[in-house]
Amino acid sequence: MREFNYYRAGSVRDAAKRLGAGGNAMLLAGGMTLLPALKMRLNEPGELIDLAGIDELSGIKLTRKGAHIGATTTHAEVAGNVELRAAVPVLPHAADAIGDPQVRNRGTLGGSLANNDPAADYPAVALGLGATIFTNKRKISADDFFTGMFETALGRGEIITQVLFPIPQRAGYAKFPNPATRYALVGVCVAQFKTGVRVAVTGAGASVYRLTDFEDALDSEFSEVALDGLTASSANLNDDMHAGAEYRAHLVGVMARRAVTMALD
Amino acid sequence: MDATVSFTLNGKNVSAETTGATLLVDLLRNHFGLTGAHVGCDTSQCGACVIHVDGVSVKSCTMLAAQADGCTVETIEGLAANGELHPVQQAFHEHHALQCGFCTPGMIMSAVDLLRRNPRPSEVEVRDWLEGNMCRCTGYHNIVKAVRAAAVAMGEEAS
Repeated sequence: MREFNYYRAGSVRDAAKRLGAGGNAMLLAGGMTLLPALKMRLNEPGELIDLAGIDELSGIKLTRKGAHIGATTTHAEVAGNVELRAAVPVLPHAADAIGDPQVRNRGTLGGSLANNDPAADYPAVALGLGATIFTNKRKISADDFFTGMFETALGRGEIITQVLFPIPQRAGYAKFPNPATRYALVGVCVAQFKTGVRVAVTGAGASVYRLTDFEDALDSEFSEVALDGLTASSANLNDDMHAGAEYRAHLVGVMARRAVTMALD
Repeated sequence: MDATVSFTLNGKNVSAETTGATLLVDLLRNHFGLTGAHVGCDTSQCGACVIHVDGVSVKSCTMLAAQADGCTVETIEGLAANGELHPVQQAFHEHHALQCGFCTPGMIMSAVDLLRRNPRPSEVEVRDWLEGNMCRCTGYHNIVKAVRAAAVAMGEEAS
C-alpha cells in the first residue's frame, strides 16, 4: 500500500467537509474491500476518512416503515439481530452469507452498497426489497442507486448514512457462492409485497438487476410452479474463468426457485 | 503522516508511533514483536492473521493499526493464563490439530471467538465458522475435533 493520511471523523458533517477539502480522500468503513484494493494499488488515496467512530451511523431500528439500518452497521450485527430475524429474516440470512465470520465482523452495509461489487450480496437484497438509501444530502431509491459495475448514483462528497428496508410479506435470498471467494457466482432475492413481487439478481451481470418476467410470473402466483418453463437470458451476463454466461443464466433460474422456496418456508 | 496509536494489548496499555497505511498485523509483529499472528496470504482470505479486536475475531492483515486506536486487542500470545494453555490450545495439542502450525494461531483465535458465541457448536457449525481459516497440510478433520473437544472441556470447567 502507498502511504496515506488516516483521519478519524467525529461526525458525518466533519467527514463530508474533509472529503470535500481535496487531498484525494476516500471514505473508510469496515475496509474489507477497500484495504485489499489499496494493497493491489487499484487506488491511491491521499487520505482515508474513517467513519467508524461516528455513533449515529450505526444501529438497527424497526419502525412501521421498515428496518432502518445505519451505514456502518456490520454484517455480523445484522446477521445476529433478533428483531430482524423475526420481522425480515431475509436480511440477517443474506448478511450471514457474506464472506467469512471475520469479514462479517468488520464489513458494513454502507460499504457494500457504495462499492456495488457486481457479485456482492447486499445490493441484491436492497434492490429486491426496494430499499431507500439515505445520504447526507438526499434519499435515493435502490432502483436508481445501482448504476453500473462498481458504480452508484452517489455524488462527490456524498455519504450513505442509513438504509431503509421495507418489510415484505415474505422474501428469500438464495446464493450459489464461488467456492473460493464466497462472493455470489449468482444470488437471487425474491420479495413479495402487497404492491407486487420484486426479483433482483447479483453476480450474474455487470451490476445487480431486476428480472421482470420472473416478477410477473410470481405476481400471478407466488410459487415455484409459477416459474415452470421460465429461463433467464444469458445475454450480457458475465462470462469469465469462474463461470460461463450460459451457466450463470441457468443458476439464476435455480437460485430464483430456491429463493421462492425459502420465502414460502 | 506519523501518528500515535494507543490501545490495550493483551491486557497492557501500549502506544506506538505509526503511519496511516501501517497494517495492524505489521505493527504487532514488527513493533511489538508478537509474531504469532502470521501474514499468510495478505489478501484477507487465509485467516492466519486472526486476532481479537474489542472481543471479536478480525483479520489483522486487513485492518489499519490506526483503526485499533482506543480498542482492546488480544493476540494468541495473550491466550495462555498463568503458564497454562487455553483449553483450545490444549485441545489442538491433544488432538494433533496441526502439522506445520502456520495456520494454528489464526485457527485458535477464530475458534475462541466461536466458542464465546456458541459454547457447544455442532460439527457443521465449526466447519462453517472456520470458512475464513485455511489449513493446507493437516486437513480440517482434527481441527474440528479439537474445537469440539475444547467446547466440552470449557463446559466442564465452567460447571
